Amino acid sequence: MAPARTRQFALLACALLLAAFPLVGGTFYVQLVVKVMILAIFAMSLDLLIGFTGLVSFGHAAYFGLAGYALALLGPKYEAASLWWSLPAAMAVCALFAFLTGLLVLRTRGIFFIMVTLAFAQMLFFVFHDTKLGGGSDGIYIYNKPELKLGDFALANLDKTEHFYWLVLVLMVAVYLLLARVLGSTFGRALVGIKVNEHRMQALGFPVFRYKLASYVLAGALGGLSGYLAAVQFGFVNPEILSWHQSGAVMMMVILGGMGTLYGPVLGAFAFVLLQEAFSNQAWFGAWAKHWQLAMGLFIILVAMYLPQGLAGLLQKFGRKDEAAQAEEEHG
Amino acid sequence: MAEPILRTQELTRRFGGLVAVSKVSLELRVGEVHAVIGPNGAGKSTLTNLLSGDLPPSSGSVQLEGRDIAGLKSDRISRLGVGRSYQKTNIFLPFTVFENCRLAAQSRAPRPWRVFGNALGFADINRQAEAAMEAAGLAHRRDRVAATLSHGEQRQLEIAMCLATQPRLLLLDEPLAGMGPHESHRMVELIRKLSEGHAIMLIEHDMDAVFAVAHRLTVMVNGEVIESGTPEAVRNSPAVQLAYLGGEDNLHG
Repeated sequence: MAPARTRQFALLACALLLAAFPLVGGTFYVQLVVKVMILAIFAMSLDLLIGFTGLVSFGHAAYFGLAGYALALLGPKYEAASLWWSLPAAMAVCALFAFLTGLLVLRTRGIFFIMVTLAFAQMLFFVFHDTKLGGGSDGIYIYNKPELKLGDFALANLDKTEHFYWLVLVLMVAVYLLLARVLGSTFGRALVGIKVNEHRMQALGFPVFRYKLASYVLAGALGGLSGYLAAVQFGFVNPEILSWHQSGAVMMMVILGGMGTLYGPVLGAFAFVLLQEAFSNQAWFGAWAKHWQLAMGLFIILVAMYLPQGLAGLLQKFGRKDEAAQAEEEHG
Repeated sequence: MAEPILRTQELTRRFGGLVAVSKVSLELRVGEVHAVIGPNGAGKSTLTNLLSGDLPPSSGSVQLEGRDIAGLKSDRISRLGVGRSYQKTNIFLPFTVFENCRLAAQSRAPRPWRVFGNALGFADINRQAEAAMEAAGLAHRRDRVAATLSHGEQRQLEIAMCLATQPRLLLLDEPLAGMGPHESHRMVELIRKLSEGHAIMLIEHDMDAVFAVAHRLTVMVNGEVIESGTPEAVRNSPAVQLAYLGGEDNLHG
């Protein structure tokens, strides 16, 4: 079987397993997987920048947080907002922020780009932390989950854990398919060209800056999608969702899972959250559970040393072995 | 004689106190190979960078078909029909030969912003890429990853990528650098063939190659043009002989 086919089947199987999970899993685990899938969308959006455009952004939490605040501030206080307008609005706010900051940060390169993206995210953090705009450091509650209605008919009741689960799953799959499509287009090929050799792309006649800006805006909007969903899940927003820890965590998910593949960041989000749960489990690690970051840090270092392509690289290695074995069988 | 496609006047580039290119005026014509020679540090590569837009000039003008392009960005100049190859191989190493050329051809696609639709589904782009590989003699390496090519083949790919952008003017910066005699010979033949439909500025240290293909020669020393003319005239120029006397390069080689 061709490797592309194998991958498609594997992904389809994973999606079906995930779809069936709420039927068997307990509420705690269903909510945990929702959190993971939201972070998977977040990580895929960052991978568009890091893995496919060569832009190492250390300020991606800005979009995660901004979309949450957009829902909290734009929505009516004591009624449910409609998902139909509040989700696009939150993503549009993020796209606009990405466009305006992108005009500036994309003029820098390398370490400077990392620092300037961090700086903009931190500015946003302090805007919400130090002003009354978003309730200061306490944040704001979102009392009602958004409605998903078609006319008077409710397509889903987001108060129900499994309904929200399936919505998030559908959106995660949609983001995956959208990005796969975009990356297979001429536009996507140009982005990867920019990642590999930006100077040559410019010399070949590509307006590199515009391509990077488009990628930056798309990543911002999709990062906003994940932030919106997170705000819906937890029912409140506070400045922590904008902090650099959040930017660092999503970057670790991308690295852990394997940058430059789309399923890598999804794997990375699962691995990251599950490891975090495991390392902070007192029954397993006792007093060390408080210091789960230490274990996580060591694990990330080990992955960086022995699996530079992350978990996705590990899968590909097995895939190649299978192919080699199969080829041998056919020839033998 | 045909109208020049490109003409520079008093083109100058300073780096602080150093004048790397000083008041260079030259003309490039379709059908003509114009070689620029001179010792290391003469300003040849800087001159190429000024023409391709990799560097903006400090003063002077560059006219491409009557239009002033001095100071334009390299992507604009490229889209106006100027292709350049680099002295240090500058390709997409992880991509196949075909993808390198396809990407180059894609830069000329009428709708570069197509976000959907498979990148491989554009017949025009693919044809252009195949034609460029064919012209540069790389068709048999179509599906090889560029990083695994020999040095000479990477130099050929460098040219193929230029050709895939369908330029009328080619700026070739030391295309023979590091090549063996057999590969050099093939490259010289390629340049000769390309000169029929293109204007070519050739920067090269290999004097055998230069005298084999050049129609005009410009000699630079310390950023200045000390002589320009037919190969015969340059060979017999006292100024050039003086500049090269005792140097490593031997014009009579």
